[in-house]
Amino acid sequence: MSTAPLLDVKDLEQRYTLPRESLFRPPGQVRALNGVSVQVQAGKSLGIVGESGSGKSTFARVVMALERPTSGQVALLGRDLNRIPPDELRRARRDFQMVFQDPYGSLDPRQIIARIVAEPLTVLEGADRTTFRDRVAAVLKQVGLREADMDKYPHEFSGGQRQRIAIARALITQPKLIVADEPVSALDVSVQAQVLNLMQDLQEQFGLSYILISHDLAVVDYLCDEVAVMYLGRIVEQGRPEDLFEHCAHPYTRALLDAVPRARAGGGRRRRGAQAIASQSAAATGCPYVARCALADQHCREALPELRRVGEGHLAACHKAESVMALPQAAMEG
Amino acid sequence: MAERSTMPLIEVDNLGVRLNTSRGPAQAVRGVSFSLKRGETLGLVGESGCGKSVTAMSLMGLLPDSARVTGSIRLDGNELAGLADADYCRLRGNRISMIFQEPMTALNPMHTIGNQVAEPLRRHKKYSAGQARQEAIALLDRVGLPDPARRIDAYPHQFSGGQRQRITIAMALACEPDLLIADEPTTALDVTIQGQILDLIADLVEERGMSMILISHDLGVIAENVQRMMVMYGGTVVESGPTDEVFRRMGHPYTQGLFRARPKLGARKGTRLKTISGTVPELADLPAGCTFSERCPLVIDACRAALPPMADVGPGHGVRCIRTDVSMAANVGALSA
Repeated sequence: MSTAPLLDVKDLEQRYTLPRESLFRPPGQVRALNGVSVQVQAGKSLGIVGESGSGKSTFARVVMALERPTSGQVALLGRDLNRIPPDELRRARRDFQMVFQDPYGSLDPRQIIARIVAEPLTVLEGADRTTFRDRVAAVLKQVGLREADMDKYPHEFSGGQRQRIAIARALITQPKLIVADEPVSALDVSVQAQVLNLMQDLQEQFGLSYILISHDLAVVDYLCDEVAVMYLGRIVEQGRPEDLFEHCAHPYTRALLDAVPRARAGGGRRRRGAQAIASQSAAATGCPYVARCALADQHCREALPELRRVGEGHLAACHKAESVMALPQAAMEG
Repeated sequence: MAERSTMPLIEVDNLGVRLNTSRGPAQAVRGVSFSLKRGETLGLVGESGCGKSVTAMSLMGLLPDSARVTGSIRLDGNELAGLADADYCRLRGNRISMIFQEPMTALNPMHTIGNQVAEPLRRHKKYSAGQARQEAIALLDRVGLPDPARRIDAYPHQFSGGQRQRITIAMALACEPDLLIADEPTTALDVTIQGQILDLIADLVEERGMSMILISHDLGVIAENVQRMMVMYGGTVVESGPTDEVFRRMGHPYTQGLFRARPKLGARKGTRLKTISGTVPELADLPAGCTFSERCPLVIDACRAALPPMADVGPGHGVRCIRTDVSMAANVGALSA
């Protein structure tokens, strides 16, 4: 057995140029991704958490080859997606599919379900869509819908069912990797659980890998083998969920964990310190988190911390990772 | 004045709202009753279509014209249900204000934030433009917008989501309302920003002695922010009580289901989430009897016969279920305290 990873991302950088403010100065840049490297093994799942602006959705778009990165490589099954010819890239797309956040916006309201779900096949295999009805029926069954649903329109379904349709559309090409950007955050709580269970079942059944992008730490904890925490375009901590959430080594992970409201009796208000929002465009020296960090000292302001090993399979980009890990950890829910 | 402090600020009695939807008339809210004293906070929890936002909109007088409201809503003893729109305009943004979920759509993109925060002051308090501007700067400063004097003439798109929500809070607070309704105020925000906004709202509620109704789908947000809570499903209140009491012993199978279905931190991969079967029903085709009967694991024939009455299960803790003897024995909630 080869142990080559399914997805190998190296030193990914993505910069966007801002509108020019002055004729005499070069336009500003947003560094959406700042040297992100990550690997996903076949059948395993990677969760990406972070606030808005942390670069997690840019990461998804670059992995999906919807954008060309400024530098770095994205290799899926050994092929660099940005180096292969467009024709080959289109054929390669059957191996990686995406599920979007909003199940209302991501399904064409004017098309019937059979056509929506079969669309990746019509693009990839070019054949007439009527021949795909059997495959559509099979995949709808796999996501818990009925064959009879094929001829309905999206508006006839609830949010949870629409997300199942979106998952069916991703599954129909039998992909190796599904990138899911906030797949359950638009759903009701009772329906969220059904979709998360479905995603877990499908993974076991087909040996899929997921890249799950979410702001909800509990969702990532539930579905992923590994978690990467992003802050301003960098991975600041990475590891197994149990390491990350029980022995977090970066103050930012800690802040995210502390901010989750806990559903329990006697909760009461827990005060959080005010946190300034750092800027993405500044090419600052030192640790990007320094403005929000309670532990920061002069060294943090001067030297950029590298992502380094702090435990078995556990990486953190913090000079003070050891002292963060020594802090009493945030209480877990039962 | 002593009478004023003990009298409830807002008293809702047997509120019913009938909406005309595309699928025919639907009873969006049925038999909702509660009262709130000055300074008290109440949480409304539920999923989409449970009637929590419609309840809020009926307090604000913002229901569509075709909606039919029954029952009564009294503010300081004065009936609001059926009030003429012109009279409601004098209350809205003045004595009752609302914070909405989407700060971008709640703000007008064509007006400066200064004008939008000053608008209720000009309208209700008849401030001059200069006075209103000064007050708007003070308000924006209070809600933690950095450098308000300089940024007051900026437009909504020039602010981040958290800052925009601070601006809508400043708008809602401008006339020092007695009642603040916050409808999912942090759902569109990051978890760290959510904490800051909820802290700010809690401070302001305390500082100004306002009453607050907080609407959320997130049990965690409710647990940490309100004194009392009501769980809604299919337009009815299925459980209500002091927040601590409800979280200690959840009584309604729906509340329990919601609590169990949430993915929890520390629940490892490989564990399965306990789901509530089925989907949230459309308001136009709610089942007869208990609105939750179609999805309830404890359902018996009697549940489908009639809407169960509210049963007392603890101090101030009511559950609209005829099977509380079974559901309460499951002890949901206590273990996670």
